[in-house]
This record gives sequence, C-alpha cells and structure tokens, in this order.
Amino acid sequence: MSQARDMGIQRAVVIGGSAGGSEALLRLLGGLPVDFPCPILVVLHLHHSDGGALAQHLARVSKLEVVDPSDKEPIVPGRVYVAPANYHMLVERQGSIALSTEERVNWSRPSIDVLMESAAHAWGDGLIAIVLSGANSDGAQGLVAVKAAGGLTIAQNPAEATYGVMPQAAVDTGAVDLVMDIPEMAQRLPDLVNMGRRGPLRDDLMERPRDER
Amino acid sequence: MQAGQIEQIEIDLLLEAVYRRYGYDFRSYARASIERRVRQFLSRQGLGSIMELTDQVLHDPKLFSSLARYFSIAVTELFRDPWAYRVLREKVVPVLQTWPHFKVWHAGCSSGEEVYSLAILLREEEVYHRSTIYATDFNDSVLQQAREGIYEIDRLKDATRNYQGAGGKASFSDYYHARYGAAVMDGSLRERIVFSNHNLVTDTVFSEMHLIFCRNVLIYFDRGLQNRVLKLFDESLVNGGFLCLGSKEDIQFTEVADRYEVVDRQARIFKKKARP
Ligand SMILES: C[S@@+](CC[C@H](N)C(=O)[O-])C[C@H]1O[C@@H](n2cnc3c(N)ncnc32)[C@H](O)[C@@H]1O
Repeated sequence: MSQARDMGIQRAVVIGGSAGGSEALLRLLGGLPVDFPCPILVVLHLHHSDGGALAQHLARVSKLEVVDPSDKEPIVPGRVYVAPANYHMLVERQGSIALSTEERVNWSRPSIDVLMESAAHAWGDGLIAIVLSGANSDGAQGLVAVKAAGGLTIAQNPAEATYGVMPQAAVDTGAVDLVMDIPEMAQRLPDLVNMGRRGPLRDDLMERPRDER
Repeated sequence: MQAGQIEQIEIDLLLEAVYRRYGYDFRSYARASIERRVRQFLSRQGLGSIMELTDQVLHDPKLFSSLARYFSIAVTELFRDPWAYRVLREKVVPVLQTWPHFKVWHAGCSSGEEVYSLAILLREEEVYHRSTIYATDFNDSVLQQAREGIYEIDRLKDATRNYQGAGGKASFSDYYHARYGAAVMDGSLRERIVFSNHNLVTDTVFSEMHLIFCRNVLIYFDRGLQNRVLKLFDESLVNGGFLCLGSKEDIQFTEVADRYEVVDRQARIFKKKARP
C-alpha cells in the first residue's frame, strides 16, 4: 500500500489550515528543529493571487527549507512543501508531488482533504496529519482517511486557535488522536515522528487519552 | 497483500480495459490524480467496487464517455495567470510582429477560455489577422463549448480582473455580449480559430507551428508520457518557435530541455533553439 515508503521516506507530516492558519503554522514551523527528520506538506487556504508569497514568508521563519513546488518535484525529508495557490497538491506513491487543477473541494483549491486523502494512500501508518485554525470544515474528511489508513491525527486545540471551527469539525468526526496547543505540538512533533506508530507511540497514546484536553 | 495494493491492480485492469475496448489510453496518466478520480467516480455512480465499474464500462459506451470526461479535468479560466500574458506581450509579440504569418496550437484547450484570451491579446497587439490558431482537445464536449464561446456570467468578474492584470488595453466588456445570463464571446474573435479533436497520447503531429500552448495538461501525465508529448511538440515547432507551459510545469528535467532556451522562467515560456 505505502510505496512512498519504499523510496526511503518512512514518515511524513501533512498540515492543513485556513483563517488564522498561517499564523499557527508560523509558530509551529518556527518551533521545529533544523534536523526534523521527515517531509512536511502544507495546504493553507489563500487568496488565489498569492504568487508564492506565503512560501517566502515561511522560509524566513522556519529553520527548514521551504519549497514552492513544481509538478513532479521529488519529496525530500526535512523540507516543507507548500501547496501553490489555485492547485490541489497530491502525493505520488513514488514519493513526488503531483499538482492538479481539478474542481474546488470544500470551495477550496488547494483543499486539505485532497492532500490528506492522497497522502494517506501514499504513506499509510507512516503519516501524521494536523488540522490548524480555520473557519470551515476542510480537513475533517482528510483526517478520517488518515486515521483509517493507520496514521496519527492531531488537531490544534480549538480554544487556542484563532478560528476554532476547523479543528473542532475535525474533532467532531471522532477521528482525532491528539488535541494540542501549538507550543506543545512543536515540542512533541519530533518525538512523535521518531517513535512512529508501532513503537512507543502506542503507549504514549494510552498515557494521554483523547479526552485529556 | 494490502487493500491499497489490490486497488492498484484493479485500477490497472480498469485502464487496460478502457484502452483495449475504446482506444483511449490513460495508462500513463499521473497516478495520484487518476486514483482520486476513480474513487470519486465510483461514489458518484453508486458503484461498490472498481471491478464492477470495469465490467460496466466494458459493455456501456455511455458510461465510458462519462468516465473519460471525468478523467479529462477540464477546469480553466479566461486569462489564467495574467502575468504570463504580460510576458507574452513583452517578449513574444515582438517576434510575432516579424512574421508575415504564424500558426498557434492550443493543445488541451478545454472549453476555450485560453484560446479566446490569446485571440484578444493578438488583436490588441494588431497581429491577429496574421495568425491561424488550432485549438484541440480530446474531449468533444468541452470542444463544443469552446466553439460556442459561451461562459457563465458570474465568472466575468474574475475574468475582467485577470484581463486587466494581463495588460489589457481596452475594456473586457468590448469582447462579449451578455445574453440570457451568459457571456457570449464576440464572434469575430473566432475568425482565425480552427477547433478540432486531437488526442495527445495517440494522434500525430500538427506541423510547422510557431507557438504552442500546452498549459496544465502535462501535470496529468507521468514522466514518460510527458517526454513523448514534449517530443511531439518539438517535432511540430519551427526553429525559433515558442512553447508555453502551465505555471507549475517545466521542461527542466525532461529529454527536450537542452533544445530550448528559457524566455521567462516564471511564465514558463521557452524558445526552440536553431539546430545546426
Ligand atoms: C486543466 S485543462 C487545461 C485547460 C487550459 N489549457 C488551461 O490551462 O486553463 C486540461 C485539458 O487537457 C485535456 N486533455 C487531457 N488529456 C488529453 C489528451 N490525451 N489529449 C488532448 N487533450 C487532453 C483535457 O480534456 C482538458 O480539457
């Protein structure tokens, strides 16, 4: 199932956000270490005239290399791929970016659901998916798909988010494993990706059940 | 074997069946998008499995047509990526002005928005009368829309903004008539346009082109098919002719890369070098 992993990339993180999401993402990426061991793929809802401005802004804040990807760009650990305005971003199983101009999903292009569903097929239980602040419910179905494929699902604490609607919609699906504030997310993400689903992460989840909020 | 691997086999069999039964070859299309389309199509049709779809498609040409239309992803807009049209005006039109006659090919023109956009630009730059424009797609239903040139009125606000961003010299409303809540593109824009069905995967070259547009089509092809289609374009283009791709497509890592110089990287406009 998870052929992206045959290409050496065992794990990946996908992140989606909308209104208030770029601010949350800036804080999250700013808190991640330079040796973060896997690729991060990001969808933020933007105005479609944004010509890579977000990617440039993120690049200034993040210690990781931020990419405004072209179609078929190979996915490399430690880089942050930001979906370009007006394109959906998907993942090819061989481990490359696929862009598409198909119809808007949840009134959005790029759509978080589209990225997450595609990444769930490519990475299966090697995937961690995060939904940040936003005022709609894109990403909720994506998290359900990630969870169904064995991945780990995280929502920003709706109370901490500038707009809690989107993380709350995700939580309401019942498919969210962990709810966290951004500083905790930034602090724990490196461990979560290192531990993986099969190892100590299971115990970790049991120590911190979902209803601890 | 995991469910995902079994799904891969099912999709392979579906695409093989479509190819052998109908001659349409989607086997080398970019897989992530095809997979998504297949899953969506299943749920739209209320079908339980890909095998069931394959069975029905084999025996039902109508169902095949709607599947093929669904694979074709015909989303487009007037003056998409306005900055690219500005670059065309600045860097390509001066060359067009030196040619007594030139031919343009829009490969994968969808419902025609890109073709009318270029026609408007050429008219404003006073070279339209010297052009012949071939607009092709393999999807007959979008080609028919392109011939008619009738677009939803509620898309005109974006179109007008794009037109201005593209360096438009007049008012966008000069180019259409509002009728029955739709915008009908001015018929004179069509005078030099020839619409026809052409499949980039299975049909041969259109020759002696000066300008080829193939925007947001190659993203749906895998690397191998991209290379084949780019070679087709290379055979079609005259030396010194231009190739214009979508804003996220590139020839950089393809087999034809060294035959072109970059006219503008961001607008993805390339010029075929003269060969000794
Ligand atoms: C996303 S649209 C691009 C429209 C326009 N060029 C633009 O950039 O706005 C892609 C188009 O490519 C066409 N297409 C896909 N495969 C094709 C093929 N094998 N031969 C010809 N056209 C094809 C589709 O039917 C669709 O209309």
